[in-house]
Amino acid sequence: MGMTLTEKILAHSSDSKTVTPGDIIFSNVDKAMIHDVSGPGVIKVFKELEKKGHKLEKLWDPDRVWISEDHFVPASDRISADNVIQLTKWAQKYGIKKHFKYGMGQYGICHTISHEEGLVLPGEVYVGGDSHTNTTGAIGAFSAGLGHTDIAYVLKHGKIWFKVPETVLFKVTGKKPDYIMAKDIILNIISDIGTDGANYKAMQFSGSVIDGMEMEERFTLTNMTTEAGAKNGIIEPDSTTVDYLRTRLGALNFNLIKGDPNAEFSERFEYDCEKMEPSVAKPYSPENVVPVREVQGTEIDKAYIGSCTGAKLSDLRSAAKIMEGKKVKVRTEVLPAAQSIYMKAIKEGLVTIFMESGAVIGPPTCGACCGAHMGVLGKDEICASTTNRNFPGRMGHVTSQTYLASPMVVAASAITGKLTDPRDL
Amino acid sequence: MVLKGTVHKYNRPNIDTDVIIPGPYLKIHDHDELAKHAMEGMDTNFINKVSKGDFLLVGHNFGCGSSREHAPIALSKTGIKAILSPSFARIFYRNSIDGGYLLPIEIEENVLEKIDDRDEIEINLDTNTVLNATKKESYPIKPFSKIISDIIEAGGLFNYKIP
Repeated sequence: MGMTLTEKILAHSSDSKTVTPGDIIFSNVDKAMIHDVSGPGVIKVFKELEKKGHKLEKLWDPDRVWISEDHFVPASDRISADNVIQLTKWAQKYGIKKHFKYGMGQYGICHTISHEEGLVLPGEVYVGGDSHTNTTGAIGAFSAGLGHTDIAYVLKHGKIWFKVPETVLFKVTGKKPDYIMAKDIILNIISDIGTDGANYKAMQFSGSVIDGMEMEERFTLTNMTTEAGAKNGIIEPDSTTVDYLRTRLGALNFNLIKGDPNAEFSERFEYDCEKMEPSVAKPYSPENVVPVREVQGTEIDKAYIGSCTGAKLSDLRSAAKIMEGKKVKVRTEVLPAAQSIYMKAIKEGLVTIFMESGAVIGPPTCGACCGAHMGVLGKDEICASTTNRNFPGRMGHVTSQTYLASPMVVAASAITGKLTDPRDL
Repeated sequence: MVLKGTVHKYNRPNIDTDVIIPGPYLKIHDHDELAKHAMEGMDTNFINKVSKGDFLLVGHNFGCGSSREHAPIALSKTGIKAILSPSFARIFYRNSIDGGYLLPIEIEENVLEKIDDRDEIEINLDTNTVLNATKKESYPIKPFSKIISDIIEAGGLFNYKIP
């Protein structure tokens, strides 16, 4: 029996010839990431261990580690300012050079930085101290989120245990209509399988629609595998992957590892993209998905275009196309996911389009998506958002409501002040 | 190992990490401070209800959402020693074990209906059963896999020796 791509990567990383779903393995990790929430957590774990006599003078390989400042930048208060100071000193002590600092050139949301900077390559094992680390799996890597104790362990030992997941295959075919985005596709998938439909499993995407997708759209798919409980999301690398990485890294040779032709998937789902409708996930669950037209006209208080899910360059282009020459009817915030994307959006004239529509442009940060700062929702407020979660209180007050949708749907809703299918604008 | 305590029941599936410890507290790394806000998204009086050694009984997919280790930390610092649920989200599960905070214990779906809020129970990890002292009933629990029980015994991942 052959192995899926996830199984092949995990077998290689654990020096095994083969692995089978359910096996417990220790994987050698290629890359690791921490941010301004998980990083201080790691520091605390190190301090406690040192008190107990553990020797932690050196990391396994500081060149394979990077740090993003994203959740609480710009500093929301003195505690978050102190966290960044502490993290900076710690990074210097341990020799971590890839520290994407707010206000010092390239920085942004950790997952966006990981792909924007080409930090993870096909076939690698990458772990990050954030649940949406699954995002980077679209490059053809095994990419999974962990808590800060596990990440601390990786930073010290360069390895971590995994239970080899079974792989579920999602094949998306048909002619993709212009108004359907990757966000609509993944929302429909989560609607079918539920928020624990892929718990402990790998979600792999394939089919002609995926083949024809640019990398940024593919990252939207793998990003939201987390919302189905998946251990990782993955897409086999192809020429689109290579082009994306070459643009960032130059003429490197990549190991385009793929799954075996006779690999066994635990389940297979097929979707005809032509039949899909622009969709929203209603409060309070990402599985609560309906076509926009079913809730069309629901008044909103805010439109939010931001986060690792919905503020990549392609997301901003899609939103700008809809908002160009029109005025917003509700408070609208656009926060590009990384400094590099912000710069490209300025050069392409997208920022001008957003500002002329009346929207405010904010610096890259996760703040509002997780209800932490920089635009949290008040009591009973309703938001159309390109983000990934809409649990109670996720974006602010516990009675606030978030409708998750594609950048096109959110842009159309910003213009009308109501949930709107972009075809009906 | 036998654990005795009072059950606090929240019979709702998919209780997520934003409910267990809301986003604004992610910047806090003082564990006792986090405990004050445990379950704040659902029950602002939680901290006052719980005593050391108590248990949570919750619906399936407990701890879904973010990888924030603040979630098991906050719960364990309120005194919660174990959580009984038909299933756990994967990162919450491994954070609970690898950090050595509390025990995520899997039960059958129907057990959720058999145990009530404030029941006194005994969890026996040697026989893999729960004895409901209030109702004089007992129920099976799913045994931990070998690596999980070894990490628990070691007191967390950093003390675990790879075989």
